[in-house]
Amino acid sequence: MLKAVLFVWMTVVVILALGLPMVNQPQAWYQFPTIPALEEKARIMFFHVPTAWLSVVAFVTSMVYGIRYLRNKQTEDDIKSSAAAGLGFLFCFLATATGAIWAKFSWGTYWNWDPRQTSIFVLLLIYGAYFALRSAVEVEEKRATLAAVYSIIAAITMPFFMFIMPRMLASLHPEPILNVQGKIQMNATMLIVFVSSLAGFTGLYYWMWKLQVRAQTLESKRHFS
Amino acid sequence: MQTEKPYQRWILSAISIFLKDWHSELRTRYAISALVMFVVTTISVIVFALGSESAPVDALSGMLWVVIFFAAMSGLSRTFVAEEERGTVMTLQLVAEPSAVYFGKLLFNLVLIVGVNLFTVILYAIFLNGFVIQSFSIFAGTILLGSIGLAASSTIIAAIIAKANTKGTLYPVLSFPILLPLLLTCINATRLAVEGALLSEAMGEFQFLVSYIVVVVTASSILFEYIWKD
Repeated sequence: MLKAVLFVWMTVVVILALGLPMVNQPQAWYQFPTIPALEEKARIMFFHVPTAWLSVVAFVTSMVYGIRYLRNKQTEDDIKSSAAAGLGFLFCFLATATGAIWAKFSWGTYWNWDPRQTSIFVLLLIYGAYFALRSAVEVEEKRATLAAVYSIIAAITMPFFMFIMPRMLASLHPEPILNVQGKIQMNATMLIVFVSSLAGFTGLYYWMWKLQVRAQTLESKRHFS
Repeated sequence: MQTEKPYQRWILSAISIFLKDWHSELRTRYAISALVMFVVTTISVIVFALGSESAPVDALSGMLWVVIFFAAMSGLSRTFVAEEERGTVMTLQLVAEPSAVYFGKLLFNLVLIVGVNLFTVILYAIFLNGFVIQSFSIFAGTILLGSIGLAASSTIIAAIIAKANTKGTLYPVLSFPILLPLLLTCINATRLAVEGALLSEAMGEFQFLVSYIVVVVTASSILFEYIWKD
């Protein structure tokens, strides 16, 4: 059921996000406003921002289930934690890739160590280290405990990163959501499509996560029998 | 003689774990010789690579922390890995509380890394001519706080690593994302010291380092118990 709803929802979002015309002065309901300096490239935000958002959501989910695992040592919590981390890695990679492609056309280079790029790079490194650690431990309980502890330590040092990065370099990254100075204007249509895309991607993540958890639970049961 | 209070016993067992590691280190000189040779090798590689060129100050203060980071990665996991290899983990679990073990090991790693960093800095200043420290107080503060932060993070990661199969290669991989905020701040503060900034200009960096140390040590002392008890 969820699968069918998600399919229809995401199809509509993709068609609207890519298909609706962009004009300077939107008159009709179906028109997007042109954002200065971004123009047609602004369409990437319908896909890039949700993936970046989900890579953070997955990171937090993984840590929360890690804490739960440490508290009551249930294998299913570890499965939930590692499944979230796996999806987080996927979405983190997608956000990095879409961001790099956008940067090529807006900034003229795929990678220039913008603060946003640096912090997502560190997030990728943490995910990579997390899986390297998991594959290096064979005993299941030990692997779950060590992975949970590592994800918690990584999560508590991340805020430091968010704090120092802006001090070191000014970012050129546009901020459609935290739009403080009102530099980027979205009209109602654009905002609705954007929020629908965010909701659709989050639903997709939830569905994939449930599926992963079920598959891995079956896998672990097969090992025991 | 009056009876020992619980916290006195805790402090005593932390100190005796530090002393145990210290004596066994003096007997084998495993970590010290590995670290010293690592630092000498790396600095000579940098010197040879530069040749007669003089590198900009930014690059030199960055490279100093590259040497310090990898030196720490080559020697600081020893305290926990050695316990696993000698099979003395069980004994330690019986005689001391987990947090006492953690703080004993942290103290040992701290002494080790402060000593190695002093050695590194002296060699670095002798062999790399472009690296002249203008404001000594900033530099001393950076090295001290940086060493404490480095010891704090690498001790808890070492405890994790000791339980894994691929101990050597995994250590820098796991530590790097955790240590990156610390390293970036230390590189920045070192650059300030070389450029001769006022002490007040580096206060932001120092506050950052202190809060990093407090957060990592607090979290580690809570989480260590889960790693330590099988």
